[in-house]
Amino acid sequence: MQSTPVVEVKNLNLYYGLTQALFNINLSFERNKATALIGPSGCGKSTFLRTLNRMNDLIPGVQIQGDIQVNGNNIYHSNTDIVHLRKNVGMVFQRPNPFPMSIYDNVAYGLRIHGLKDRKKIDQIVEQSLQKAALWNEVKDRLHTPAKGLSGGQQQRLVIARVLAVEPEIILMDEPTSALDPISTASVEELIQELKQNYTVIIVTHNMQQAARASDYTAFFLNGEVVEYGATDLLFTSPKNKRTEDYITGRFG
Amino acid sequence: MSARLSFHEELEKLHQNLLKMGTMVEEAIHLSVKSLAERNEDLALQVIHHDDEIDGLYLDLEKECFRLIALQQPMAGDLRRIATVLKVVTDLERMADHAVSIAKATVRLKNEQYVKPLIDIPKMAGLAQSMVRDALKAYIDQDLPKCYQIGKEDHQVDALYKEIYNELIGIMQEKPETVNQGTQFLFVAHYLERIGDHATNLAEWVIYLVTGKLEELND
Repeated sequence: MQSTPVVEVKNLNLYYGLTQALFNINLSFERNKATALIGPSGCGKSTFLRTLNRMNDLIPGVQIQGDIQVNGNNIYHSNTDIVHLRKNVGMVFQRPNPFPMSIYDNVAYGLRIHGLKDRKKIDQIVEQSLQKAALWNEVKDRLHTPAKGLSGGQQQRLVIARVLAVEPEIILMDEPTSALDPISTASVEELIQELKQNYTVIIVTHNMQQAARASDYTAFFLNGEVVEYGATDLLFTSPKNKRTEDYITGRFG
Repeated sequence: MSARLSFHEELEKLHQNLLKMGTMVEEAIHLSVKSLAERNEDLALQVIHHDDEIDGLYLDLEKECFRLIALQQPMAGDLRRIATVLKVVTDLERMADHAVSIAKATVRLKNEQYVKPLIDIPKMAGLAQSMVRDALKAYIDQDLPKCYQIGKEDHQVDALYKEIYNELIGIMQEKPETVNQGTQFLFVAHYLERIGDHATNLAEWVIYLVTGKLEELND
């Protein structure tokens, strides 16, 4: 990995109360690449993902040691603007969570929160974001109908459009397709390939085939540690670590 | 305890069938050269008929590999094993075809007195055959040093081929009436040389299976 990383994690340890959930994580994420985080349930991959935009701040008793830099700035520094951080490091969750409002208003929500009032400008960004999320053609004639009327796959792409509207650099996805059918899953995976041309994508997935298909790099987590991290094509054909091999070939446990 | 027990059992079956095919091919090479050296037409015909069975096994193994790739999405070592089988069966099938060609030479020469006793061709055949056997053993034991050894042995096969070639050309120039027979033996030597190359390919695939690296042993 040659270019300067957009996210750099150094010696990260995380505790839920007295229980340590992450152990000395060191990872750097390259710009405009998709990185997958895989590992069995409870291995810490989602916990790790949430450290990258400080979503864990919302959970009581969480203690974090170490250093996470986004574009060279430590996001755990006391002067970090968390609202700005979460705008720059957007997040998509397992279940699509459109707000109970129209398709248009969902995408415009973040813009209005950030004080944008120019109607024309908002129209333009809503269209662009829906285009980028590969949803525009399906919804352009019903922008003002409730978002809940969309299919699960469309809702997930709407949520991605909502994230894109506020122009993030990094998009975190926490099992974004685990509630979707195979065709919707394929369209979200396809979208990841589009998105990484302009964004850095970090995706937690239980689905190893998805990690293999959709990512450039893969990190394998186990019991709160990173066992192996490397180019996806190498990790899935010739993993270096026996535990990685055992996990991805289903010889685990 | 494997989480994908039935898949891993199927992989084991694939492995066993590959070994079965390998053993049959090794036998075919052995018998074809034996038929030639002993001028035994029955043995030659046996090799020729037996080839259908090898071809059948070849197609079954290939289909099984495609099926496992499509249905099981193999990863890592499992993927390399299936890829190895898929490549190795092609080499084995070609070797069996060469054995058939040698057996056919036996049939063609059945009424001829050989111009000289066969010495170098059986020697070359013995070497090629042991390379095949070693390659199969290296596959079973995942034995890397043996793979490199096979690469070296292929040079010996190539050297023998050159000797036989020169000798036969000399004989044919001296006694033009031996051209028909000499050409048959030249072909046989060529088939054995090719068998050595395929055995080297097997060794290369075993290296890939073990290390994930693609290497050329006989450049």
